[in-house]
Amino acid sequence: MRNFLFIFLIFLLGCSSNTTPVDDGLDKQIFHFGNGSEPQGIDPHIVTGVPEHHILISLCEGLTIPNAYDDDNLPGAAESWSISDDGKTYIFKLRKNGRWSNGDPVTAGDFVWSWKRILTASLGSQYPDMLYYVVGAQEYHTGVTDNFESVGVKAIDTYTLEVKLNAPTPFFTGLLSHYSTWPVHKETVLKYGAIDDRNGEWTRPGNFVCNGAFNLKSWELNNKIVVEKNPLYWDASTVQLNQIHYYPVSNVMTEDRMFRAGQLHLTSTLPSQKCPVYLEENNPDLRIDPYMGTYFYRLNTTNPYLNDVRVRKALAYSIDRRLLVDKVTKCGQIPAYSFTPPGSNGYEPTTSIPFDPELAKELLSEAGFNTENKFPKLEILFNTNEDHRKIALAIQQMWQQNLGIEVELVNQDWKVYLSREMVGDFQVSRAGWIGDYEDPNTFLDLMRPNRGNNKTGWENQVYDSLMAKANSTNNQEDRYKLLDEAEKILIDNMPIIPLYTYVRSYQLSPDVKGYNPHILDHHHPKFIYLERD
Amino acid sequence: MSNSSTLWSDAIYRLTRNKAAMFGAFILLILITSAALAPWIAPYSYSFQNLELGASPPSADHILGTDVLGRDLLSRILYGARISLLVGFVATGVALVIGVSWGIIAGYAGGKVDSIMMRIVDVLYGLPFIIFIILLMVIFGRNLWLLFGAIGAVEWLTMARIVRGQVMGLKNQEFVMAAKAMGVSNFLMFRKHLLPNILGPIAVYATLTIPQVMLLEGFLSFLGLGIQPPMSSWGTLIKDGVESMEEFSWLLIYPGITFTITLFALNFFGDGLRDALDPKTTDN
Amino acid sequence: MLNIFIRRLFLAIPVLLAVASLTFFLIKLAPGGPFDADKAVSPQVLKNLNEAYNLDASEWEQYVDYMSGILRGDFGPSFRFPGRSVSEMIATGLPVTFELAFYAILIALLIGVSSGVLAALKRNTILDFIPMAIAMIGICVPTFLMGPLLVLIFGINLEILPVSGWGQLPGDKILPSITLGFAYAAYIARLSRGGMLEVLNQDFIRTARAKGLTERNVVIRHAMQGGLIPVVSFLGPAIAGLLAGSFVVETIFQIPGLGRFYVEAAFNRDYTMILGTTIFFSAMIVFFNLLSDLAAMWLNPRSRDAS
Repeated sequence: MRNFLFIFLIFLLGCSSNTTPVDDGLDKQIFHFGNGSEPQGIDPHIVTGVPEHHILISLCEGLTIPNAYDDDNLPGAAESWSISDDGKTYIFKLRKNGRWSNGDPVTAGDFVWSWKRILTASLGSQYPDMLYYVVGAQEYHTGVTDNFESVGVKAIDTYTLEVKLNAPTPFFTGLLSHYSTWPVHKETVLKYGAIDDRNGEWTRPGNFVCNGAFNLKSWELNNKIVVEKNPLYWDASTVQLNQIHYYPVSNVMTEDRMFRAGQLHLTSTLPSQKCPVYLEENNPDLRIDPYMGTYFYRLNTTNPYLNDVRVRKALAYSIDRRLLVDKVTKCGQIPAYSFTPPGSNGYEPTTSIPFDPELAKELLSEAGFNTENKFPKLEILFNTNEDHRKIALAIQQMWQQNLGIEVELVNQDWKVYLSREMVGDFQVSRAGWIGDYEDPNTFLDLMRPNRGNNKTGWENQVYDSLMAKANSTNNQEDRYKLLDEAEKILIDNMPIIPLYTYVRSYQLSPDVKGYNPHILDHHHPKFIYLERD
Repeated sequence: MSNSSTLWSDAIYRLTRNKAAMFGAFILLILITSAALAPWIAPYSYSFQNLELGASPPSADHILGTDVLGRDLLSRILYGARISLLVGFVATGVALVIGVSWGIIAGYAGGKVDSIMMRIVDVLYGLPFIIFIILLMVIFGRNLWLLFGAIGAVEWLTMARIVRGQVMGLKNQEFVMAAKAMGVSNFLMFRKHLLPNILGPIAVYATLTIPQVMLLEGFLSFLGLGIQPPMSSWGTLIKDGVESMEEFSWLLIYPGITFTITLFALNFFGDGLRDALDPKTTDN
Repeated sequence: MLNIFIRRLFLAIPVLLAVASLTFFLIKLAPGGPFDADKAVSPQVLKNLNEAYNLDASEWEQYVDYMSGILRGDFGPSFRFPGRSVSEMIATGLPVTFELAFYAILIALLIGVSSGVLAALKRNTILDFIPMAIAMIGICVPTFLMGPLLVLIFGINLEILPVSGWGQLPGDKILPSITLGFAYAAYIARLSRGGMLEVLNQDFIRTARAKGLTERNVVIRHAMQGGLIPVVSFLGPAIAGLLAGSFVVETIFQIPGLGRFYVEAAFNRDYTMILGTTIFFSAMIVFFNLLSDLAAMWLNPRSRDAS
């Protein structure tokens, strides 16, 4: 027995190699990427998440790509474009040397067909509204017409794409960095199914064809996805990485350990209790980047008690946002006094939300609630997650202390939470929104009447017309003034209570170069390389 | 008259001589009393947060330290004891009631009834109950009563088998047959003759099931399906502790030790009970 | 005995069908559908999705459709992963979980039986006390505590073993197998000690010793066969427990097994995946329970239960 144990231990020690994947990756230019969760798929017209985005950005390329050095978009599949004076017509000139990974040239017709695909209702894409700004797109998707010729996207010739919009949409080129507008290879898709077949096998390794910097090499479910450099990519000479290995690590503690053990170059996130620790010890691998996202609480304005704007303001004014970010989230988040994160493409909202418990109490009693007529118990709904729980607990305490309102916390798992929010079965509900493109419209548009993502029951026509006017204005300064006015209306009515602006916190190995902060967290892999100092 | 009285006094004698079991019983007594008295003896409420303080190591104000929201750990452990012990005892109780009734009926009735009832038990043994519990928790939410019911429904099977075995053994003994001949009703039979004799194995098995249940609750908490906050059980405390074990080790150490000691105590006591009731396996 | 085997195998089929039906209807009761997403799905799109997956048919129609599919071996497409079928996903996850469970049971048996037998032979000495104390720890410390502790010690502090993965890096199968197997090693140690003690007290052992057989002979050839019956009976329920334990271990160590698939499917309301994995787990449990009962019967015909 003792001998066996001895041998076993030697075996254990001997078996461990001293080179970690991170060390190994340096010579071979293999990037080990912690990707958060198993991607639903890699069909850009079907998937909806962030892990999918990280993989798709290496496999496919849209008309524009994100910049590693600032927030302007760079030419991607399109080498240049021009916009008409009224802002409604775009002419994109595609590269003549753009290639699909099987050698076929990338043509304007490919984009037309791809946009037809995502706008084909039976495909069931969840992002068709990205293209609703294009003439006729919404009508085609909702079945008002079944003639795709009526949609404002045409191939003028093999390498020229013309897009006509309903109104001058200043953020249109920004929209193009979203994968729903990216092209797919028509012959490959049709080889394995019809244009609207969700379950086609064209996305399998070996079948998959796209026009990005990398090719899909292998896909082990729940284990690892490997992509390798595409020699036919038009800018292959700039690409320095040979492979990227994506690991779907859903447990954040495991991901942290993997990074510390040298198994990952990059993590998708950070366990929240580690952030203050790493900050304090000046951990050089810690990264905290600005992120275009807002953490907020939705208020159900159809609820008889939350219907009164004074009540909603009282709730908002009795939250100490400083305390929340300093003592609860503790990772460099920024208290939010507007819905749109300040600085989004140069937009600076002028709204403010005071932390004033006295004023809050006054507002509450003005609304008719005092010791005789107590405010009923409020319920905060959130999806099961430690961080949401901590924030809800803190706010529960703040409302209790400052307003004397009793609060109950209800957490449901993700799907139940979503469906309850959707049908309005909540009073106060936790929410977060990340921008889809870099423009305040991506936030303010949410709160317009009849928007599926509004979910608060708040409908303000003045707000709506301000937004419509802003989106038809071509001049950025005028436009931002209008948007700011809309933002003021929003904060003055408080159907949502902004809490803080997100940050992207993660760990990055010092070997990784060319991975710079980006407000939407888009990092094109052709700028990334591995080098040890 | 059955000869259970001398059996009992023998058993109690053996039990009290078993140091480990007595130690276990002592610990359990302290725990149960503390848990029951928690609202009066806990220094703080389990939900009172001190955000300014955050997580702090043991100090004069907070004997076992505080968690990341500044909540007193000792108080949370005391209140957590209430929940964990409650889950342990109630779920085991549910299993007991179902299992014992099932086993008695099957064992006593014998024949076809027994055959069918035990066949059902065999069939149910093959189900992945954990999966059903997870599914129930996910579907119907994290309701405490649902938790009791679900866990109890998992554990009753073995109880039924044991009880049935015991009853079958007793059924053929003289005193039972005599009572039957005298026309004693079935109900009285259960109560006066059978039940006292099977109490032993039931007690042993129940005592050994409680730690299983507590571990199961911890397992569900780890998956995010346990008790709802701000209430917490030892399972959730340990889960939180595991996440901060490098930074704030006390958050793991104290709940972990308490949990482990409780399980030790239950196991020692259960073992002692079993040894006391079954003389053949004592270490004499 | 073959009769019993075949009879119970046949019994298993309606059981599995019942399990499938029960799970099917349970899932349908669940609030929250597979297509609920953070960005609200427009009614138009939702309608299209429901059509594509036949979710707009009546409950009964869906049920019949699904059940007939199972009988053909088709578990349907995954709702969460378009283009993947459930059978394919089970086929990738199952071997991994099997391998993990196999190593765990191997460790459990090796360590458990050897320490249990040793403890029985050296009863009431230090060689009895220490293994049993360690066994007690194994029973009382939960897997989700043991795993991270082992990772902390061997993966982060000592840096000799990987902290995650299965088959990716050398040695990455060691910690998960030990974490999962340790609790079972503890139970098996106690059971084998108990079983051995009971057998060792019996007459035929005394006779064998009196006849002058070596202790080794007595133990291995005569005592163990009977003494390990409780261990063999325990194996059936142990497999069931291992499957549950795999959920935790696979999550901690990032192992692409069926357990992890199941937990994520449950949270994502991937209906077909949940059903498929439930049926599979049931089938495995039924099968292994059967095997272990048969093995126990074979080892000791006297203990055959008249059920």
